[in-house]
Amino acid sequence: MEFAFFIAGFIALAATLRVITCANPVHALLYLIVSLLAVAIDFYALGAPFAATLEVVVYAGAVMVLFVFVVMMLNLNAETVARERHWLRPALWTGPAIMAGVLLFAMLGALIDGHSIGVVDGQVLSANSVGKQLFGPYVLVVELSAFLLLAALVVAAHLGREDDDVEDKDTARRERGVSKAGEQR
Amino acid sequence: MIFGLSEHDIISIGLTAIRTLVILLGSVLVAAMMIWVERRLLGLWQDRYGPNRVGPFGLLQVVADMIKIFFKEDWIPPFADKAVFVVAPAIIMLTSMLAFAVIPFTPTWTVVNLNVGILFLLAMSSLGVYSVIFAGWASDNKYALLGAMRTAAQMISYEVFMGLSLLGVVLLAGSFNLGVIVESQRGMWNVIPQFPAFVIFFLAGCAEIHRAPFDLPEAEQELTSGYHTEYSGMKFGMFFVGEYLGIVLISCLVTTLFFGGWLGPWLPGFVWFALKAGFFMCFFILLRAATVRPRYDQLMAFGWKVLLPIAIINVAITGAIVVAQS
Repeated sequence: MEFAFFIAGFIALAATLRVITCANPVHALLYLIVSLLAVAIDFYALGAPFAATLEVVVYAGAVMVLFVFVVMMLNLNAETVARERHWLRPALWTGPAIMAGVLLFAMLGALIDGHSIGVVDGQVLSANSVGKQLFGPYVLVVELSAFLLLAALVVAAHLGREDDDVEDKDTARRERGVSKAGEQR
Repeated sequence: MIFGLSEHDIISIGLTAIRTLVILLGSVLVAAMMIWVERRLLGLWQDRYGPNRVGPFGLLQVVADMIKIFFKEDWIPPFADKAVFVVAPAIIMLTSMLAFAVIPFTPTWTVVNLNVGILFLLAMSSLGVYSVIFAGWASDNKYALLGAMRTAAQMISYEVFMGLSLLGVVLLAGSFNLGVIVESQRGMWNVIPQFPAFVIFFLAGCAEIHRAPFDLPEAEQELTSGYHTEYSGMKFGMFFVGEYLGIVLISCLVTTLFFGGWLGPWLPGFVWFALKAGFFMCFFILLRAATVRPRYDQLMAFGWKVLLPIAIINVAITGAIVVAQS
């Protein structure tokens, strides 16, 4: 399992790096999907198969599909890719990248010194035990997130509502158009 | 001892590998044969012959088609996004074939006995959407893009009902494991207590693999061939076989989840499984022969206004009964 964990971890890192550096947004999204799948394998290797499958179903399978859906509708072309590439000039990102790299090494050093790097193992968490946790000690959080989702649903339904008046006017106009066309004939 | 593996380990790994190969080859072969079966059955129901010239009963028609498709020019449009265009047909084959890994054909014939089997299936079916979306986008063609957008909306919506309809089955069995679910149907097949769930699952499965009557993504009158308009040669062949692989998969799933899988008297388990799954494969074809394609808004309205409430009520009632009985 340790092999699987580290291989998937490196793939997740590399894919995430490509998400940032890719000039073509759809290619970047493809890398992001790969990154999410790799993280799912990491969850599985850590003994959380339930979290792993949910990661794939929810993030890779549903949320990312919506991302791709939106990007698809934006009608991107070579021009946008060139502009994106222009924005990614090395002069812009080298400074932050070096500083972030130093921070990464500091964190790694602290982790190794503090002996908090454990062995990749753990007991396998079944879906059953996850459910017992969610509806036991964490029931308040679950209910709160349910409230939030319901509110979002109501707002979305309200925004997407068709205005009856406008629709009536539209149909009336269309009918008039049809009758005019008929007269001309 | 080789690489720290004992002889016993090596034998079990080898057996699993052989089993995997047999299941993969078997499912792809059955999917390819389905093309012939479909054309013959459609011919029968529409009062004509169908392909009956190549080999006995026209059985070698598939082989002839395969040879043709392999030798066709594999053309990629110059305006297409090449990498994504090539990856797209592979995704549908990959996700469909991976899904076969968790199906228990008999008590011993399954590749992985996964504890989250049903969730794995849902994950694979939700990843299959990418195949169609990327194919439509990479083709850089209006018809393909429109077809892909329809598919994305259709598949995301019907995935919801598919997942919800399975919750009742999971509640009754008390597990996500497909083997345990089959064993839990010893007394009574799930189709009787979970009849609404069965209907919803079948319809949602039909929409997931976009088969007629839910084949709006490729409605030829309005969208030419939809998302695979620009595909030719073996890439088109992969979409085509992928669709039939989907039929085989959904038939196997309906058998496993609602009709007791390998359970049955007298005959060996695998024969029962094959008979039940075969029945549903033929039913898919009958559905195509007998129904008309709904309008796109009708499809969406039917899903969200009819299937979703029924699925939720079914889960609530099943949950209440399970709690009352325990």
